[in-house]
Amino acid sequence: MKDKLTKSRLILENVSHSYGAVAVLNNLNLVVNQGEIVVLVGPSGCGKTTILNLLSGHIKPFSGTIEREGIIRTVYQHDGLFPWLTVSENISIGLRSVEDGSRSKNELQELLKLIHLEDFKDHYPHQLSGGMRQRVELARVLAGDSDILLMDEPFSSLDYQSRLRMRHELVRLLKERPRTVVFVTHDIEEAAQLADRVLVLSNRPATICRELHINAPKPRGVTDNIVNENMNEILKELGLQAFHDNSIN
Amino acid sequence: MARSKTAENYVASTSVRKGNNTLRFLLPFIVIINVLLLWFFISYINLFPAYALPSPVAVLKSFREEILAGRLINDIIASLWRVAVGFVLSAILGIPIGLWLGEHLRARQAFLPILNFFRFLSPLAWIPFAILWFHIGDKPAIFLIFMATFFPLVLATMSAVDTIPSIYFRVAQDYNYKGIELLTKVTFPAVLPQVITALRVSYGIAWVVIVAAEMVGCQDGLGYGIWEARNGLRLDSAVCYMIVIGVLGMAIDRLLNQLTKLPNVRWGYER
Repeated sequence: MKDKLTKSRLILENVSHSYGAVAVLNNLNLVVNQGEIVVLVGPSGCGKTTILNLLSGHIKPFSGTIEREGIIRTVYQHDGLFPWLTVSENISIGLRSVEDGSRSKNELQELLKLIHLEDFKDHYPHQLSGGMRQRVELARVLAGDSDILLMDEPFSSLDYQSRLRMRHELVRLLKERPRTVVFVTHDIEEAAQLADRVLVLSNRPATICRELHINAPKPRGVTDNIVNENMNEILKELGLQAFHDNSIN
Repeated sequence: MARSKTAENYVASTSVRKGNNTLRFLLPFIVIINVLLLWFFISYINLFPAYALPSPVAVLKSFREEILAGRLINDIIASLWRVAVGFVLSAILGIPIGLWLGEHLRARQAFLPILNFFRFLSPLAWIPFAILWFHIGDKPAIFLIFMATFFPLVLATMSAVDTIPSIYFRVAQDYNYKGIELLTKVTFPAVLPQVITALRVSYGIAWVVIVAAEMVGCQDGLGYGIWEARNGLRLDSAVCYMIVIGVLGMAIDRLLNQLTKLPNVRWGYER
């Protein structure tokens, strides 16, 4: 299992993209460095998911260049697990590239232990709670030789408490198995808790309108000052803080 | 914790199921007993003449007669064999063709009208061709079973492939599933619950068609048994064959239903 970072990088250079007449991205430049957790936030429909699809290679940009270095895996919002496979079998998909049988067997055991689902290894996804399913997805993308994780609102279909728990879980897992992460969310709190760097995107066509570096150690609590301060900054940038001020007046 | 919550739900739902089980078996039993009593009553008061509605006793006697003569067992085996061969042939050909059509838009567009055309042709319309091409014996009946089940199976499999959530294919692409592996490890298991349902439905069609198919061009089989009973005006024997056809049909459907209990298809029926 990879528990050290290897060379990985993602670079978007002057990338523009449109769906028909609708311009989604306009000359976007973005460099994701090795080991970094970059969180993209922005108004809904601004093109966050398009950026992930471009990074993963599922779609080709209209213009501009994309450089990728390292093996890329995606965590989806929900239903990314194959329902006809058990927890073990789903995680093993991430180990397909591992040719050594005993190594992949050991790694599977380690991953099951890591996500605390050893007792559920023979269960099927529909028998698990939403949080457990997302933990299995995390194990699958961490398996084998992955370098970069793309996460498309991975916790948005969970209830609030499970979401809080999963954020801590992600931080813990990434401490054990460091990866480069690009995380898309509409949840500002999540962004402030998880990110090394937050990129606030503008309305369509999306450009990066603010970049926030958050250097505080993780895990960060929801009520930590640093989290609140950064949430305020993001809200301001999204033009949402104004509502708050008005309501006081 | 999420873990213990799920375990509790599990226990709760199984105990509720157990409580319902007794009633689940008792209720249909009560209905069957009542239908039999009604039959007894109607034939007892001679509402219809005995030759038009045989009494349960007459049917029991003819059961004994048919079994002792060895005809019934022979007919059962003949019919089961024809249905099995025709049905397996159409599954072996129909499911892969359905998978292939489901994956290829152009092929689907090309073949859909003609497949639909043949689906709506009653298999009985093929009887003259069946006899002309395959003469008498097992072959024409097998051909008719095939014609009756092949098209529904192809179409059901094809539309099942069409409804696979696109996210499964994205995940498959992320992890390098290609070609035959994509077909056997992603597409096929993703449609398997629906294919099993389609198999049950088309087996039902096959079992209905076999009776008609055996009325022409066969010298044995359950359909032939009914035909012969009609010719001899032995409706008691016809009813005896009808009961066998119904019970066997149900029994085999129960067998096919066991497929839905396979652990890797449960998801298709439970959510």
